[in-house]
Amino acid sequence: MKGMSLIVKSITNIAVGFIFIYGIYIVLHGHLTPGGGFAGGVIIAGAFILKFLAFGSAIKAERQSSTITSTFESIGGLLFIGIALMGLVITGTFFLNFLPKGIQLHLLSAGIIPFCNIAIGIKVCAGLFAIFLALAAVKYSMED
Amino acid sequence: MIELYLFLIFMLIAAIIATEIKDLLAAVISLGAVGFSVAIMFIFVQAPDLAIVQIVVEVLTVVVFVAVILRTTHIDETIGKKLSGAQILSIFLYAVFAMLFLIVVLRALQEMPAFGDATMKVAAEYIKIGLPQAGGANLVADVILDFRALDTLGEATVLFTSVIGVVALMRKSGRKR
Repeated sequence: MKGMSLIVKSITNIAVGFIFIYGIYIVLHGHLTPGGGFAGGVIIAGAFILKFLAFGSAIKAERQSSTITSTFESIGGLLFIGIALMGLVITGTFFLNFLPKGIQLHLLSAGIIPFCNIAIGIKVCAGLFAIFLALAAVKYSMED
Repeated sequence: MIELYLFLIFMLIAAIIATEIKDLLAAVISLGAVGFSVAIMFIFVQAPDLAIVQIVVEVLTVVVFVAVILRTTHIDETIGKKLSGAQILSIFLYAVFAMLFLIVVLRALQEMPAFGDATMKVAAEYIKIGLPQAGGANLVADVILDFRALDTLGEATVLFTSVIGVVALMRKSGRKR
């Protein structure tokens, strides 16, 4: 896939970092402010897609990164189920909020909710980027 | 309340345009208009969590659609062609089903409590015990990741299944020429 013009590339280089940071902020503050794992994950995936569309990449790299994103998606899902199973092992109830709740309205509070948000964020980001890569690479698989 | 109806009418018009227009790129853009109207309606009924998710997902969907359509064909060639007998029959059956569904939904909606009614007992309970028991200031996060985390696990499974489906359909290796 071919990249875009120099203007688009320069603007992308400036903007993509901010979008990335904003996505991470939405994920980490999911238990305090509106947002959460899903929304933040989609924003981070959007940052990846912006970079991909602006700069383009070789076909081989597309296929390779498709496998890597699928792996990350599985890791996110396993993390989420792992947190649930830890509740089952430690306290005997699936998905119980077993961690201490901490001080209300602080970043490190609400027990397992921030960790669930991070796991869902990884999963959604990698999953949507994998879908995009698979769809964007479709023309090449038809041609050759 | 009146602005919700205005957006509803706008959404209906945009959705009809999206199905009837010949250029696929224009159809995708009117579909995006429908999605963003939903996001604005969420803001009007004070649901910022859903509005954020709706906006970012809509942006991503439109970008993916445009990126895919630019690489394939623009024009939907099925519009305006003569319909075969089987197609007319299927459209007729679909219309009958839609009418039946509409009747059932109208009957069901009359039984619903009014919008924002005090009979929403479950929501009241969550508002009361959300912050003390789950510890998160964002009540939505408390509900979806603590009280109803199993639902979220099912949702994550849906996404996982769709990713597997797309990657399997669009794979290159193992496909017959």
